[in-house]
Amino acid sequence: MTWVLANIEQIWSLTLDHILLSVPPILVGFLLAVPIGWLAHRYRVSRGVLLTVCGLLYTIPSLALIVAMPTLLGTKILNPANLIVTLTIYAIALMVRTATDAFDAVSKDVTQSATAVGFGGWRRFWQVELPLAGPVLLAGLRVVSTSTVSLVTLGALVGMSGLGYLFTNGYQRNFATEILTGIVGTVLIAIVFDVVLVILGRMLLPWARVDTAARRNAKTATTKAVTA
Amino acid sequence: MITFDSVSKRFPDGTLAVDDFNLTLPSRTTTVLVGSSGSGKTTLLRMINRMVDPTAGSIRIDDDDISTLEPVKLRRSIGYVMQNSGLLPHRTVADNIATVPLLSGVKRPAARTQALELMDTVGLDRSLAERYPSQLSGGQQQRVGVARGLAVNPNILLMDEPFGAVDPLVRSELQQELVRIQKDLAKTIVFVTHDIDEAFLLGDQVVLLKTGGKIAQVGTPADILANPADDFVNTFVGADRGRRALRIEQVSGRQVVVDGTGRIAGILNDGTPT
Repeated sequence: MTWVLANIEQIWSLTLDHILLSVPPILVGFLLAVPIGWLAHRYRVSRGVLLTVCGLLYTIPSLALIVAMPTLLGTKILNPANLIVTLTIYAIALMVRTATDAFDAVSKDVTQSATAVGFGGWRRFWQVELPLAGPVLLAGLRVVSTSTVSLVTLGALVGMSGLGYLFTNGYQRNFATEILTGIVGTVLIAIVFDVVLVILGRMLLPWARVDTAARRNAKTATTKAVTA
Repeated sequence: MITFDSVSKRFPDGTLAVDDFNLTLPSRTTTVLVGSSGSGKTTLLRMINRMVDPTAGSIRIDDDDISTLEPVKLRRSIGYVMQNSGLLPHRTVADNIATVPLLSGVKRPAARTQALELMDTVGLDRSLAERYPSQLSGGQQQRVGVARGLAVNPNILLMDEPFGAVDPLVRSELQQELVRIQKDLAKTIVFVTHDIDEAFLLGDQVVLLKTGGKIAQVGTPADILANPADDFVNTFVGADRGRRALRIEQVSGRQVVVDGTGRIAGILNDGTPT
């Protein structure tokens, strides 16, 4: 604990770097995965191709990808873009399948009736399909967020800042407290991100909770009726 | 007036859902398309708002060939009510009713006021306006569906088995409500059902369909019952099982109406109809 207090400034600055490295992959990954997922949902041909490619992307070892980035992007070896692009690719790989499922899960009755009352394709996407895919998209985004925050620690191996530095440094010095601090810090960031996402979800999708509650009530009602 | 002129529909998989269909649906009356599944009744209905385009023939609304009209605009001008209400689960009752006016550019406060008035029309308590569809009973959802269908004050209202998924008690309530609304508003209603009793109750004109959209008989309910065209019609309306042949029996001093199967259909009322 005394070590933590003595180094609080450095830990805080590593935490900020960690957050700065985590946010872009999560956001960009999400924004790119949603349209890709929609394409996979909409067209049968693209579905197979897109989902397979995304599945394969995820099997590339992360460290190898980070190391290869400077060659692929023409960046300097210490450029944070290397890490950000790598993690964005992983975020997309994780998110596309969920996004596809999210759009698949939107009831066909609802989209058909939306068309029948006069939604054009574009409006139907923004006002009907996207919001109704929201709950599943959010669930996927929470997984991506947590996984990205944890993957950022890998950056330390290629000289990037972030709480991962406490792992490598603590390992070299054989100092458990420092490693533990890194773990706790990473977990805390992941939790804070998750809470923010859940709150955002409640604000943007107020109907989703009502919907689940109604379904649960209906289920208990049936169970009661059956047992009665 | 809606006119079907030699309309056929073959789906990409080769099924001929409708074959050379001709029919005129008079304005301001209710036409019921009734038939079993596979009779093409829903396909016929969905052709009117271009959810399905015919592969041959033409459909006219008054004098406009609808294939020349822009589908999205056409749909906004026609009320549509479907089974399981088809409401948007992420919008409140009032917003659901206001959906089409909002799409057509009506300002929000005006659309809302009108939505609340429509809730009165279809017999929904205004306190439900801020609920989500999942918080309503099946019957209430269906009423919201009807209110949404009426929201742009359309001349034409398409109803695709709207009361198919609610229990019999609520269904009969909703049917009576529709009869009442139609008396006030006099829309051109096209109603699809597989329930012959529902068809006879609601239809000014009833169209009995066989497989492939072939018309077995068109007429008023009385026409069809009095002069069934063939055995198919007889079977469909239940005349062959004696369901429509009623006779009167005396039971403890009252006149009881009994059908051909011996089932009690009701009591003969000597007074005025209730």
